[in-house]
Amino acid sequence: MIVAAGAPAGPIVPNFGSGNRCVVENHTFCWSWVNAHWGDTLQPALSQHVELSAIAIGIGFVIAFTTGLLTYRRRWMSRPLEGFSALLYTIPSLALFQILVPFTGITTTTVEVALVAYTLVMLFPNIVAGLNSVPADALDVARAMGFTRRQTLLSVELPLALPTIVAGLRVAVVSTVSLATIAAFLLPKGLGYPIFLALKEPSPFRTEIYAAGALTVALALVADLLLVALRRFLVPWARRGAV
Amino acid sequence: MTALAVFGRGSRRSNRSIEGSPGAEIRLEHVSKRYPGTNSDAVSDLSLTIAAGELCVLVGPSGCGKTTTLRMINRLIGLDSGEIEIDGRSTRATTVTELRRGIGYVIQEGGLFPHMTVAGNIGTVPRLLGWSRSEVKSRVSELLELVGLDLTLAERYPAELSGGQKQRVGLARALAADPPLLLMDEPFNALDPVVREHLQDELLRLHRELAKTIVFVTHDVDEAIKMGNRIAILRQGGVLAQYDTPDSILARPANEFVQTFVGENRALRRLALRRLEEIELAKPTGAAKRLPEIAASASLREAVSRMIETKSEALTVVGENGETLGLVRLGDAMRMLG
Repeated sequence: MIVAAGAPAGPIVPNFGSGNRCVVENHTFCWSWVNAHWGDTLQPALSQHVELSAIAIGIGFVIAFTTGLLTYRRRWMSRPLEGFSALLYTIPSLALFQILVPFTGITTTTVEVALVAYTLVMLFPNIVAGLNSVPADALDVARAMGFTRRQTLLSVELPLALPTIVAGLRVAVVSTVSLATIAAFLLPKGLGYPIFLALKEPSPFRTEIYAAGALTVALALVADLLLVALRRFLVPWARRGAV
Repeated sequence: MTALAVFGRGSRRSNRSIEGSPGAEIRLEHVSKRYPGTNSDAVSDLSLTIAAGELCVLVGPSGCGKTTTLRMINRLIGLDSGEIEIDGRSTRATTVTELRRGIGYVIQEGGLFPHMTVAGNIGTVPRLLGWSRSEVKSRVSELLELVGLDLTLAERYPAELSGGQKQRVGLARALAADPPLLLMDEPFNALDPVVREHLQDELLRLHRELAKTIVFVTHDVDEAIKMGNRIAILRQGGVLAQYDTPDSILARPANEFVQTFVGENRALRRLALRRLEEIELAKPTGAAKRLPEIAASASLREAVSRMIETKSEALTVVGENGETLGLVRLGDAMRMLG
C-alpha cells in the first residue's frame, strides 16, 4: 500500500516505507520488519555495538591489568584506586558525556572514554583480588624452589588469579554491552541507535526497540558464554573439584 | 637399593655419581636473627653442625626459632649475623635462586600448586633447571614410584588427592632435582595419626636409601625422637638447649628445660628406640621353647610390654621366617639403659 508521492487528495500519511499488515497496523512485534531491515539497520548497528564494546573492554582491561600488576602488592595504593574506579562508576553516563564533549568532541572517543571508565570498577578490583587470593604457601614454596619474581608471577600468581579475573571480565562484558547503547545519545552508532530513533517517533510501532533490545541481550549472553568457555579451557584445575 | 638406581638415572644432568647426590654437611656459625619491630632475638648466636647424610630434627615450643632457623638455610629469611655453610660454601656465595634450586623444600600438606597436576608439580624444579620434556617426564615417573604413588595419579590435580598423597607429592617434588639437602617444615602436621605414622616410616626408609641430609622441623617431641639421628632442642629466643642423639637426650637431659620438654617415661621411650634385631641377644636355652615369642623387628619397649603381659622375664626372638634368633630378657632391657 504505497502512497503515491504528491497525491493531492486525502490526509498526508507519513511514509513508513513498504510494509505488510503487521507493520502498518503496528503489531507488537513484526518479523517481517526485522527481515526487511536486518541489512540496513540491525546488522550494522550490531557490528558497531560489538566494536564499541570490544574496544572499551580491551582498553579497560589493559589499564586495569597494568595498574593491578603494579599495585596489588601495595594495599595502600590499590585501595584508593579501587575507590576511584567506584567513584567513576557513580557518574551518570549522560553527565560524563557532558564533561567529556568539550575535550573530545562528539566523537567515538568520548563514548569509549566513558565506557572504559565504567569497566574499571569491575575489572580492577577483581584483578587485584585475584592476585591477592593466591595461597600464601604456594608463594612461599615458589620462592623456596628458586622461582624468580617474574617466574612466580607468570607461572603461579597469574594462573591462580585467573578465575577471579575472568569473573570480573564477565561482569564487565555484560555491563559494557548493555551500557554501550547510550552511545546513541551522542552518535548514530550501536544497537542503542534504533532504540533511540524509535523512542523519538510518536508512532506506537515498537518492533525496532524490541529487536535492538533483544540483540543487545543476545550479544551479552553470547559474549558471556564465550568467557565461560574460555574459563573452562584456561582453568581446568578448578573444574575438577575435590574428591 | 632400587631407589638409589632410580636416583642415578634421574641425576644424569647434574653429572653426579650414579648413586645420586650424597648428603651435604651444614654448618651454622653464630647465627642470629631479630625481626624488625621486636626487641628480642628470634634466633640468637646459634651454632650447629649437621653431618652429611644425617636427619637432624629442630624441635621446641612455638617461638623457639626452629622455623626461622630452617628458613635461613635457604635464605627465605636473611640472617643478621653469623654464617651458614653448605658443604663448606657460604649460602651467600651463590645467587639466591641457584641456592634454592639445589635445596628440596617440603611444607605442611605439601604446599602443592593447586593449578598444576601432580606431574606438573613434581617437575617444577627440573623445568626451572631447563631439563627437556622427556627427561622431566621420566623423572616424574621415577619419583612417583619412589614415594609409593600410583603412576595413574600423574594427571590429577592436588584437590583430587588425599592429605597423605599430597604430602608424598610434596616430597617427590622436593627430591626432583636430586638435591643433597632437604628442608622439611612440620611436614606431617596436618595428617591424621595413622597416615602420619606411615609417612614418618616412609621418610625414614627414603632417608636410609638416599642418604640425603634432612633438616626436619617439628614441635612434637615424640616425632623428633622417632625421626632424628640427632635432635636440636631449641628454647624461646632461638637458644640451643641441647643437641644430641635421641638416646642421649632421653638418658641425660642437659637441663631442666629439656627434661620438662621431653616429658615423662623417658626410660620406656629409650627402649622404644631399639629394635631387637639391633641388640645382642642371649643364646637360646633348652627352656626357650616354652617362652612367649616376639618378632625381631619389634622394639625393646614392645618386648618389655610383652614380658609384663605374659608374666615372663624372657622372650624368644624370632626372625621373619619364624626361626629362633635368641632370647631377650628383662635384665637386658635394664642394662641397655645403663
